Amino acid sequence: MNAFTTLLIRDMRLATRVGGGALMGALFFLIVVVMMPFAIGPDLALLARIGPAILWLGALLASLLALDRLFATDHEDGSLDLLMMGSLPLELSVATKAIAHWLTTGLPLVLIAPVLGLMLNVELHAMGWLALTLLAGTPALTFIGLIGAALSVALRRGGLLLAVLVLPLTVPVLIFGVAAANAAIVGPTPFGPPFTILCALSLMSFVVGPIAAAAALRHGLE
Amino acid sequence: MAIVDLANPTRFLNVVNRVLPWLAAITLVLFAVGLYRAMNAPDDYQQGATVKIMFLHVPAAWLGMFGWGLMTVAALGTLVWRHPLADVAGKAAAPIGAAFTFICLITGSLWGRPTWGTYWVWDARLTSMLVLLLLYFAVLALYWTAEEPGRGARAAAILSLVGAVNLPIIKFSVDWWNTLHQPASVFRTGGPTIDPALLAPLLIMAIAFTLLFVTLHLAAMRNEILRRRVRAMRLMQAQELAQVT
Amino acid sequence: MVVTGRNGAGKSSLLRVVAGLVRIAAGHLTLDGGEPDAPIAEQAHYLGHQDALKPSLTVSENLQFWTEFFGAGRHAVEAALNTVDLSPLAGLPAAYLSAGQRRRLSIARLVGVPRPIWLLDEPTSALDAPSQKRLAELMRDHLAGGGMIVAAAHGPIGLERARELKLGDA
Repeated sequence: MNAFTTLLIRDMRLATRVGGGALMGALFFLIVVVMMPFAIGPDLALLARIGPAILWLGALLASLLALDRLFATDHEDGSLDLLMMGSLPLELSVATKAIAHWLTTGLPLVLIAPVLGLMLNVELHAMGWLALTLLAGTPALTFIGLIGAALSVALRRGGLLLAVLVLPLTVPVLIFGVAAANAAIVGPTPFGPPFTILCALSLMSFVVGPIAAAAALRHGLE
Repeated sequence: MAIVDLANPTRFLNVVNRVLPWLAAITLVLFAVGLYRAMNAPDDYQQGATVKIMFLHVPAAWLGMFGWGLMTVAALGTLVWRHPLADVAGKAAAPIGAAFTFICLITGSLWGRPTWGTYWVWDARLTSMLVLLLLYFAVLALYWTAEEPGRGARAAAILSLVGAVNLPIIKFSVDWWNTLHQPASVFRTGGPTIDPALLAPLLIMAIAFTLLFVTLHLAAMRNEILRRRVRAMRLMQAQELAQVT
Repeated sequence: MVVTGRNGAGKSSLLRVVAGLVRIAAGHLTLDGGEPDAPIAEQAHYLGHQDALKPSLTVSENLQFWTEFFGAGRHAVEAALNTVDLSPLAGLPAAYLSAGQRRRLSIARLVGVPRPIWLLDEPTSALDAPSQKRLAELMRDHLAGGGMIVAAAHGPIGLERARELKLGDA
């Protein structure tokens, strides 16, 4: 088994065993989305109209907050030092951790989004498109969030710093994600263009995220 | 035999092992009777046969709340009376109560679709049950992230108590915030408004479900005790080997 | 080579510089006789103060991860566990291990993956006398096989004929 696979499997094992964070992201997503109607009011028509936005904001917050511990645990027990001494380039190691994180945290978000959409009175036929936008966009959120996670380990600060650093960077993803979802539900505007741009953002983040995160880790951990 | 005698886990296990098969048998019998009565109950003049979801939905709602009540008592047992099996009781009750709450929400949603035309509304009663489910998830998350059984137990007990205090507040505030769902039809000051032909099967099913809860709960407690024993033995094994070499 | 000096003299930092974990401000580091293309970090083992063990994974899962990550394969795990006398504990979660056992598991990582340089930061801490003897044997075997050890220590660690580098007041 090569280094990439073994790191992927290890991170997924850690997330799914007791003490890991696998379903916590999905739970947070659920709670945030449930809280929105308490603030907005139970008007179903209104909720249906802003449903995609609520779901996207919930997914964004859930993805980001779950990234907090991504590097912290490895840094605290000395694993991060050793990961930097392997033959796998640090960029790839970091990307592997991001993939494992998305599989255990991001993918569950995509899977429960339709159920939550139901509670927000989003039309049934749109549920699939909504989930598709989340499927294309949550990897971008994870890989961009990676940069913040690396920076907060390097700077030895936690929690909110990560959110402050990363949220501005995720604005394009949010815009195009909600645009694509709305296009599918209401839209005179076609679904294609915003969705394609969303995919492009994700693909770019696969490259930029690991490089920036690895650089942050190297410079920060001295 | 007083409750105090059951404080000893081994004695508890012995009692449970003897009692459980009987409990399970009685539960099955009651379910058979209840389902038979439910199937033969008359259809509602408005809703038709759909009303029979009630036989599943209403007991599930009661047991979801019962579960949290049980957790509250267990929490008091852990924090105040220091009963050794209290935290086991609380931990065992949480998933079962959560499952019943979840069943209540799902059956309610499926019942709502033909009756109200929608799967979900943000009405007071549904919302408070949803919040109850979220509280259950919170406690379960606490148990899941605690690596040692003991550490999660006190935190979960505190959360159970806070939840118990907060549940009426939530209910009140959500009522204030909104009221579609049918008001109380059984536990009312005027007496039940539900037709006796539907009431009897409902009560039988409720008792059957309650016994199911108790059976599952005792079995879950037994599993948790055994799980902790396995863990303790493995810890001892590791410690012994630390001394040998 | 054994690096000695008072606390805060820079022993750990020196090891981390050699390991490539800290960037060099000035000068350069070369390895005679090693692979010319690979950085020193990829030819060295670093045994720091922390053990790099995940409590929710078992002993063998922990070791297997590192042996596979460093390219030695999974069959190295059994032999390495045997060498540090941790085989009976292979299936237990690493959380159940004592401090000494965790240290030995980290040492198993050095044994399981062959690399020429060993960078050891106070390797005998948390080890009891028999384990320290074992470590000394393993270190001698490594040196006999052509390897190099740079160790930071406060006291003797079992390498008799090592050169000493004293850090601190000159």
